[in-house]
Amino acid sequence: MTLSVRGLVKNYGGVAAVAGVDFDLGPGEILALIGPNGAGKSTCFNMLMGQIRPDRGSVKLFGRELVGLPPRAIWRQGVGRTFQITATFGSMTVAENVQMALISHHRRLRALLPYAGRLHREAALALLELVGMADQAVRPCSVLAYGDLKRVELAVALANEPKLLLMDEPTAGMAPRERIALMQLTADIVRARHISVLFTEHDMDVVFAHASRVMVLNRGRLVAEGSPRAVREDKNVQEIYLGTGAVYDLARAKGEATAGGEA
Amino acid sequence: MHRRTFLKAAAAAAFAAGLGAGPASAAGTIKIGEINSYTALPAFTIPYRNGWQLALAEINKKGIDGHQLEVISRDDGGKPGDAVTAANELVTRDGVKMLMGTFFSNVGLAVSDFAKQKQIVFVAGEPLTDAITWQKGNRYTFRLRPPVYVQVAILAQEAAKLPAKRWATVAPNYEYGHSAVDDFKKLMSAKRPDIQWVAAQWPAVGKIDGGATAEALLQAKPDAIFNATFGADLTNFVRAGTTRGLFKGRSVVSLLTGEPEYLDPLGADTPVGWIVTGYPWSQIKTPAHEAFVKAYEAKYHDYPRLGSVVGYVTMKAVAAMIERAGSTNTDKLIKAGEGLKIPSPFGEITFRAADHQSTMGAFVGKTAVVNGKGIMVDWHYANGAAYLPSPAAVKKLRPQD
Amino acid sequence: MDFVVIQSLNGLATASTLFLVASGLSIIFGVTRVVNFAHGSFYMLGAYIAYTLVSRLGGSVAGFWGSIALAAAAVASLGAAMETTLLRRVYKAPELLQLLATFGVVLIVQDLVLVIWGPSDLLGPRAPGLAGAVNILGQPFPQYALFLILFGPLVYAGLWLLFHRTRWGTLVRAATQDREMVAALGVNQAWLFTSVFTLGAALAGMGGALQLPLVAVNHTMDLQSIVEAFVVVVIGGFGSVTGALLAAVIIGELNAFGIVIFPDLTLVLTFVAMAIILVVRPWGLLGKPEAAVRGGAGSIELPMRPLAPRLRLFALGVGLVLLALPLVLGNYGLSVASEVLIFALFAVSLHFIMGTGGMISFGHAAYFGLGAYGAALLMKYLMFPMLGGILFAPVVAGLGALVFGWFCVRLSGVYLAMLTLAFAQITYAIVFQWYGFTGGDNGLIGIWPAAWASSATAYYYLCLALCGGAALLLRRIAFAPFGYTLRACRDSGLRADAIGIDLATHRWLGFALGGAFAGIAGALYAFLKGSVFPDTISISTSIDGLVMVLLGGIQTLVGPIVGAATYKTLHVTMSSYTNQWQAVLGVIIIVLVIAFPEGIMGRFARTAEARTARAGDAAP
Repeated sequence: MTLSVRGLVKNYGGVAAVAGVDFDLGPGEILALIGPNGAGKSTCFNMLMGQIRPDRGSVKLFGRELVGLPPRAIWRQGVGRTFQITATFGSMTVAENVQMALISHHRRLRALLPYAGRLHREAALALLELVGMADQAVRPCSVLAYGDLKRVELAVALANEPKLLLMDEPTAGMAPRERIALMQLTADIVRARHISVLFTEHDMDVVFAHASRVMVLNRGRLVAEGSPRAVREDKNVQEIYLGTGAVYDLARAKGEATAGGEA
Repeated sequence: MHRRTFLKAAAAAAFAAGLGAGPASAAGTIKIGEINSYTALPAFTIPYRNGWQLALAEINKKGIDGHQLEVISRDDGGKPGDAVTAANELVTRDGVKMLMGTFFSNVGLAVSDFAKQKQIVFVAGEPLTDAITWQKGNRYTFRLRPPVYVQVAILAQEAAKLPAKRWATVAPNYEYGHSAVDDFKKLMSAKRPDIQWVAAQWPAVGKIDGGATAEALLQAKPDAIFNATFGADLTNFVRAGTTRGLFKGRSVVSLLTGEPEYLDPLGADTPVGWIVTGYPWSQIKTPAHEAFVKAYEAKYHDYPRLGSVVGYVTMKAVAAMIERAGSTNTDKLIKAGEGLKIPSPFGEITFRAADHQSTMGAFVGKTAVVNGKGIMVDWHYANGAAYLPSPAAVKKLRPQD
Repeated sequence: MDFVVIQSLNGLATASTLFLVASGLSIIFGVTRVVNFAHGSFYMLGAYIAYTLVSRLGGSVAGFWGSIALAAAAVASLGAAMETTLLRRVYKAPELLQLLATFGVVLIVQDLVLVIWGPSDLLGPRAPGLAGAVNILGQPFPQYALFLILFGPLVYAGLWLLFHRTRWGTLVRAATQDREMVAALGVNQAWLFTSVFTLGAALAGMGGALQLPLVAVNHTMDLQSIVEAFVVVVIGGFGSVTGALLAAVIIGELNAFGIVIFPDLTLVLTFVAMAIILVVRPWGLLGKPEAAVRGGAGSIELPMRPLAPRLRLFALGVGLVLLALPLVLGNYGLSVASEVLIFALFAVSLHFIMGTGGMISFGHAAYFGLGAYGAALLMKYLMFPMLGGILFAPVVAGLGALVFGWFCVRLSGVYLAMLTLAFAQITYAIVFQWYGFTGGDNGLIGIWPAAWASSATAYYYLCLALCGGAALLLRRIAFAPFGYTLRACRDSGLRADAIGIDLATHRWLGFALGGAFAGIAGALYAFLKGSVFPDTISISTSIDGLVMVLLGGIQTLVGPIVGAATYKTLHVTMSSYTNQWQAVLGVIIIVLVIAFPEGIMGRFARTAEARTARAGDAAP
């Protein structure tokens, strides 16, 4: 197993945000974690990445315990991450953002003399090529469109050759067409590189189009798990989502993805 | 007749040749560099500036054997580093022949060391630290005002006559305050072994918390208090102490408090009966002083402060040194300065050869309030010469150079 | 026991005044995010204006209290005028530039006060009806102090009602927490800022006016009150009026009892308290994790680029001019040039911490001073030669920065800045009072250069080689992975952590490195002046550094050098030409701030960038 999560618990002032979550994630699998607002997705995610320390439970990456490690140490174990609201280095160019991650990966952070802008330039450009951002490599990150920032984040997350990608709402804040395109891109990359992905998502179209498996979180507990089709037809899940306005239609999602691809 | 005129002319020519030496001095004028903390301590330094400007006008009316003095004045902002920059500008760019001025002890020491490095004579007017003519003295530096030690000694002589046995001290938390208290304790304990020191307060200069300080002193129940705070700290302390009954039935011996700079702001709040050093300018009736006051008031429509006297006499001392040396050569100036006697509004003073310290003294008396103003009464002038350590004693203090 | 009661009353009386000044500062910062250095000037003006009014209106009950109220109103309108004519123009500038504008006002007011009210201390009348004392536990206690003890909480209650019972107050509180939200609500932000600034100024003016019966009004009141007010605001937590009250009481009582228990420690007591509180509570007692210090639209920094070929030629030209300077300048000119070089390195090292590292420092003078004293003491006690001292100075300064930095880098924003200030003040006090070792406030003299470097030309070349070399090295480091890592931590701590960067450690090392380079500048300064005094570590040296960095432009690497050259040259030359040099300097700073809201070089960098971008767009 790439990732094994057992008995993950987090309480805030007596209220259980996450009340005992268990799941496994296999190599190359794309696992979606969904649920209504306040279900505990973000808390769960932040515990996996080390931003929040769980009250109880264990998170193992290839059998090694991650609980208690800070985010930077988890990253060094081979876990990449993207944020719900993009976090990039605004005073650096697109390429430099990726180079920064590569410099860290190669443990050159404290070098005082080499020019950072020349280190790992080729590798950074290759990653940017992969996410379709090579032509914007020298632009400052601060002037990019939001969708492009998401792509940069993806390139950054791939810099340490991760075995696992954690993506918190990877398409939040993007136009529908862009979402599908970005998720398609992600899916293609991780399949080619055999990377496991855990992502949370609001857009059910995205979820059902690309996830190999879906987990549903409600009030801090996993209430359903299985293939996208099985989860979609789950009565429980439909009830939870009833009235939230979330529509999901696999055919439509697929169609749009194709349209986006052709455009 | 002819012969005498000729001799005089020859002497003047020789003198002029000596003075004219040096590239920067314009024909006929001798440049003097002056540095003081005009922006940092205007209450003292502005009357001081008036003082030297008055003296300068008097000097130039007669000239020094046909030469005029030109003073180039600089502000040091109260910072030793900036004072050295200014001194450097004056010496290396403007080509001044002597330096004068400074108020704060550390600024005075910085300029004094600069003078030693550049081998130029420096006449310090105000800095009170003992070190400038003793522990850190050098042959280029002369100092006009009596050092802390002398002023404290003058006060201690009066204080020792008091019956008080339990003494408390309050002084600003820097070198001046610490050495004042140390000197006072040493001198008093020598005269009166029965004295006990029951409390010491060290407010940061300019930041006294008057109420809390007064209360802390009250708690120690002293019979008498020695004070060395001045300026805004003093007014704050006096007001807070008076309302809290701190000074009731207690003797207070207070350094500098009688100086108009610090006494006048107190006005009707001036505490009565404190033993202080100061400058009772309106009551000094010697001809020399009356002439000074008259000239000062005519020029500035204001009365002189102690700073005015310091500025006036410092300038006169500079002129007298040049006149006696007959040259602006540093070695000759130093030689002329050692043992130099000059008249001053306080009477004749001498720059001692042993330590370049002038024998200027201080007025000591008691405070009183007349017509809502603080004044000094029962005062007398204590000549510095009587209180300065002997030449042999200072020789041991001074570094050999 | 009686003593404890009375002394705690004394502490409370002090606390009331502290609260008045600090609450105004806190409110202003909370809403506008402006670090207002001129707040102390408001306080001082309040006192002077009240003095003049009382002298005119007389010390009757109506005359006295009317004067206090009118003085507060007058200062309030000055505050409003300053906000609308000056600060409003620079709200969109990068963070802290508003601080520079307020510093210009401080300089102008200092000279203005001297011109209007003269140099003498002015003692106002006692408060009519409250001039005497009442008996408390058998001891006379001033009525006026009792009045102050009541008045502080009264003002607090008034502010509380204002903030919780009026629409305006609700808006202010909302703006303190989230300014975007208020803007979204369609509130007239300009009007809100002006009103808040006016209220803050009124509180400061009143605080100053109420000092009339206690102290002689004098021209040092501004700087004394501003530092204490900042301490109180930071301990309480920026934007929290309740925090300011709490902190004022703590500082008031600490001073009252501190001087009884440790009478020698008057210089550091408050700073030690602040340091301890900030280490334990990084956002003060009641503060919340801070939204960034004011940064506007222009605050996004551009990527660093190596100099364009044309600029490289220009830099080469500047280098040649510097090398040739001894041919044109005399000895004095060269020593001023040496001083400019030294301060350029000081500013560059501060910029490394503030610009590259994103850690604002109000206490960089500590490392300058440690370098200066390090070299001087090694020479004095261990007979080190000059170069040995200069080589060891960065070690001394770097070690100091390592120790202090360890605590500082865990904080952020103005809290970090104030902790650096606390450490600088503690260093200052130790140096100032350790007579046996450092010479205390009388300093160390006789620290002159070695014979081979004693000529102005030789020392200038030494400064040029060391400062130039050190500045180039720091520039190189800024372009190196370590510099990039620091900027990564500054731009996004979240992202940096997520790509394996240990924020605290790298910020710590960056802080220490900046400190070490400041040490070199300090050592060179000591030998230039031939002496070292505690003022090398004083707040004003730290502020000088800050002014240089901001003036030149915090977002460019060349900025601090241009800022240092501009400021130092102006400082030295102005004081030679006019007695009112402070006011002239203040006016020049304000003009520069308005003309170049991103700093002098920031403007050029953006113009150059736009040109590059256009060229890039044109090319296929």
